[in-house]
Amino acid sequence: MSIVLAIVSLTMIAQTLRMAIPYACAALAGVTSERSGVVNIALEGMLLAGGLGGIVAHVATGSAVAGVLAGAAVGAALGLVHGVVVVVGRVNAIVSGLALNLVAAGGTRFILRALYDSSSNSPTVPGFRIASLSGASGGLLLVRTLVDPFLLITLVLTLTLAFVLTRTRFGLRLRACGEDPVAAASVGVAVARVRVVAVTVGGALAGLGGVALAYDQHQFQAGMSGGRGFIALAAVILAGWRPGYAVAACAAFAALDALQIVLQDQPWVPGSLVQMLPYLATLVALFVVARRLSRGDAASSAPPAGLGKHES
Amino acid sequence: MTASTPASRATTLIATLTGLAASWIAFDLLVFGYGASPSHIFALLLAGTWGTPYGIGQVLFKATPLLFTGIAVDIALRAGLFNIGAEGQLVVASLAVGVVGTHLPMGVSPWLALPILAVTAAAAGGAWASLPAVLRAKYGAHEVISTIMMNGIASALVGLLFGFGLSLKGTVRMADIVPGARLPRLEAIVPAFRGSASSVAIVVAIALAFATSFAFARMRAAREITLVGLNPVACAAEHIPVARRIGQAFIVSGAIAGLASLGTVLGYKGYFEAGLGAGAGFGGLAVALLGQGSAVGLVLAALLFGTLQQGGLAINAVVPMTVMDVLQGVVIVAVGLADARVRAAVARMAGRGGAP
Repeated sequence: MSIVLAIVSLTMIAQTLRMAIPYACAALAGVTSERSGVVNIALEGMLLAGGLGGIVAHVATGSAVAGVLAGAAVGAALGLVHGVVVVVGRVNAIVSGLALNLVAAGGTRFILRALYDSSSNSPTVPGFRIASLSGASGGLLLVRTLVDPFLLITLVLTLTLAFVLTRTRFGLRLRACGEDPVAAASVGVAVARVRVVAVTVGGALAGLGGVALAYDQHQFQAGMSGGRGFIALAAVILAGWRPGYAVAACAAFAALDALQIVLQDQPWVPGSLVQMLPYLATLVALFVVARRLSRGDAASSAPPAGLGKHES
Repeated sequence: MTASTPASRATTLIATLTGLAASWIAFDLLVFGYGASPSHIFALLLAGTWGTPYGIGQVLFKATPLLFTGIAVDIALRAGLFNIGAEGQLVVASLAVGVVGTHLPMGVSPWLALPILAVTAAAAGGAWASLPAVLRAKYGAHEVISTIMMNGIASALVGLLFGFGLSLKGTVRMADIVPGARLPRLEAIVPAFRGSASSVAIVVAIALAFATSFAFARMRAAREITLVGLNPVACAAEHIPVARRIGQAFIVSGAIAGLASLGTVLGYKGYFEAGLGAGAGFGGLAVALLGQGSAVGLVLAALLFGTLQQGGLAINAVVPMTVMDVLQGVVIVAVGLADARVRAAVARMAGRGGAP
């Protein structure tokens, strides 16, 4: 009974929303990048690097907003590198993505040691904390989450991305590059430029997600992305590369994470089992989507046809 | 990925060396930016690795799991697949070897125990790879995402089983394996390696690198795997069982990743503990990309990354050792970039490029 009460609670709703933000930002980054045709498994590294960038700037300037901007800039820088290496340098996108993840994982630890003489975490920062709303009850947590600027930013970005992709000239070009780069190039679209811009903008979005993650903990912790970038990418695939659906899928994964928090004081539910849930859910969902695609139905959730292909 | 003609071998070599040189310059800049002297760091790194017999032993020790996982990733790459799951395959194999190794009879002969454990490791690693293999071969689900999820499940599985009492009480390690299941340390054969944790597993790994290379040159099924990697559509037209070859390549890749537990559990610790061998999966990817599909290349790449890992410890007092992870990523990108550049240049010179 207590489990049911724990699951159907304000705390659960609040935790789900709170956990969904970094996933959602990373997923929007994945959509932006992959709809232009560039596979992006560097989301994990972008979350990490963006998070540390945000905290470093917040610590240095004392301004939470400066941290947000810096985190987005660091993410964008990583995206720019990925874009140039893959689009101009013609390196396999999975190779580049994995390498960037390694650089981000090692680099953030290196910078933690260099700046703060710590192997695991940064000093704490206030972030967007609202002092009058501190407290542990589910209702307060929900209110705190609802007024979190990152929640609003994420919602606005989701709508903006959906609008840009479907209703603007740039979005049309971006999708053309992703569906058929050769055809796009033949009608005068600068495929390489569009793609590099898309991956860079995506990097900024993932960087924002990293800042949200770090502000939520009020500090940066080494390896704090904890696979969220990969799960966000899975959400993108499950959502058929559509921004709204991707964010919805992220909320589902976040609910599994929230379950872990809500159930952690239930002694007879093993934490490791709950910890497996997001991974198991991803595998099952991947299987379902792949089976539908291999049978030829669900064309609307097919990957961009030019994903990973070059224009010449 | 496979260098076949002398000309393409030379191309690969030039590209790899260019990439390594560029990475080294980037590394020096990083060290310099940190306020240390690159030449001092280089001297420390060299002295801590190839400078003493102990250091060499430690390089071999660090290179051992990387060579196993490097061979594993290389096999998948031949079929055109990325086995990002070597990490999880190794975890599950180590767990299996740890369990079987503790349950063998106390006085068991190594001649019986070691083959049993090798088969256990390969079977466990292969089994863990089989789900992504089937998802990929049968339904086309991308192996990168599914193997990353399998990695997450593997590490949670260890936590779950340890929670159910598989570990020694209050620890994250299991009981010692029986003495007959231990792989001899190299120091038992070459006394100069005294104190280093390297074991004969490195010899097994090197032999495996050459055996795989031989198999891919001579055996029909293995050659078909390479062909499937190059052009699955043409292979299907030639009645090569494409899906089966893809699945087989991936499962064999997982089995070999699992064999890395021979070095970590049987050669080094003598028991399984949470986190043992962590990082070997991603390291193997770097080894496979740098090794470019040749046995010699894989061995040299494993030694290089083993040197960097051991060297990280040697320089840690001056520059944090995590700089080596950065260097590893930079090497992958730089070699990839150089490879693409050099190939394009060769194609231009040969007059085959330029078509729109």
